Amino acid sequence: MSFVKGLKCKECGEEYPKEALHVCEICFGPLEAVYNYEEIKTTLSREVIEDRDHNIWRYKELLPIDEEPTVGLKVGHTPLIRARNLGKALGLSEIYVKNDGVCFPTLSFKDRVVSVALSKAKEFGYDTVACASTGNLANSVAALSRAGNLKNYIFIPNDLEQAKIVGTTVYGANLIGIKGAYDDVNRLCSEVAGKYGWAFVNINMRPYYAEGSKSLAFEVMEQLGWRSPKHMVVPMASGSLLTKVWKAIKEFEKIGLVEKTGTKIYGAQAKGCSPITTALKNKWEIFKPVKPDTIAKSLAIGTPADGFYAMQIMNESGGWGEDVTDQEIIDGIKLLAETEGIFTETAGGVTIAVTKKLVEQGVLPKDESIVVAITGNGLKTQEAITNDVSQPHIIDANLEEFEELYERLNNENQGGSEDAISAHSNTA
Amino acid sequence: MPSVRIPTPLRKLTADKDEVNVNASDISVLIEELENQYPGIKARLCDESGEVRRFINLYVNNEDIRFLDGKETVLKDEDIVSIIPAIAGGF
Repeated sequence: MSFVKGLKCKECGEEYPKEALHVCEICFGPLEAVYNYEEIKTTLSREVIEDRDHNIWRYKELLPIDEEPTVGLKVGHTPLIRARNLGKALGLSEIYVKNDGVCFPTLSFKDRVVSVALSKAKEFGYDTVACASTGNLANSVAALSRAGNLKNYIFIPNDLEQAKIVGTTVYGANLIGIKGAYDDVNRLCSEVAGKYGWAFVNINMRPYYAEGSKSLAFEVMEQLGWRSPKHMVVPMASGSLLTKVWKAIKEFEKIGLVEKTGTKIYGAQAKGCSPITTALKNKWEIFKPVKPDTIAKSLAIGTPADGFYAMQIMNESGGWGEDVTDQEIIDGIKLLAETEGIFTETAGGVTIAVTKKLVEQGVLPKDESIVVAITGNGLKTQEAITNDVSQPHIIDANLEEFEELYERLNNENQGGSEDAISAHSNTA
Repeated sequence: MPSVRIPTPLRKLTADKDEVNVNASDISVLIEELENQYPGIKARLCDESGEVRRFINLYVNNEDIRFLDGKETVLKDEDIVSIIPAIAGGF
């Protein structure tokens, strides 16, 4: 039984049937899935959800599928961690980390959206799926298309991190590296999508694919004991995730699964690719596209398709947005690792660094609940921090040598342990 | 004359042609010429004030016109103009 009424243009309101469409034929605005909330309200309750398996499909009424899911059945339900050490380092009383760096199967939140997109593609009868990706999406489409018995074509910028390439080709994917930035890949893919009859997860499947992101916020609210946080910090590339986090919160409120708490949403970008936060700070109506130059490659989108809506939500919710330098990103990765034992990729470093910056600016209050979205795993972007972490201590297999080293490390640690947290970048 | 690649949503107006040739010296003229040949297309590309819609990106030889001279971007005979709806794959 389906609760999706159809697709609707976010710009002009024109309605469309549930098909593989992504832009409005009239104004080119993005199409979005529309649900019958009245019916969902009579079906979905906290109890119904709690009785189901721990994966994204426990919220299936709020995901845009008409039949039972067929791809990614075990995806989702990542940990929400009460980050006391990080809170202490930042002077915050209640901060949580939603860690999608351990999402199954490819260690990023993209497994959520791809599961929805591929399940929908199968409903539509496609046998081939494709995507334009900054890396994480490539990994996820490669893995889940194999598991779902779908053929794939995956397009990436050719300068991606090695782990993201191997993490795609290992599944036997048709991986195409484009000489150019993500925006070039995306442009080419729009043209490819117009010619070939494939399910392009981020193009003609986009209205379905993007909805999968909501499950991250659904889980956060359930894991907080059926409440929404006061503040949520979300990384932005196109701005899509931020808009879906907001939609998810509004939906849970509408259905009555959580009380209204007036969650404020904050967007995080890398300074080397910050078209959304730049427009936000300057109160611009339109974006100035940028040529990305940042280590946060998964956020390197210079023409953010959902940036306008993301900006609206940051304003409307009473949140804000910030951007951080590559060094701040590296420091953010290390801060999370050294305080919470969580190794996130560069995008997570952006989120942590922006959170720190907003706290220092007094924008984020110190005594209210804050959830930060960590969307990917640090093992995939090791190149970014290799020169900023300590090297192993090499010794002979000799007890005296170890004792000497131990003595030295002990002295160093005693001298430095107190400010190990505040001066987290001081490990060289 | 420059050629223009037409995206799927606009092909109903171009009798299903995915590429058309238009005699135009810059992007502004190109939009007017397209309208002459395929009435109704301008309203799809531009909003009421005549500006290119927020969700449309125009490229000349694969370069976003916002990095060139916008609607004043000069066109040469062999140039290829692409009309592409904004889409995204990242976060």
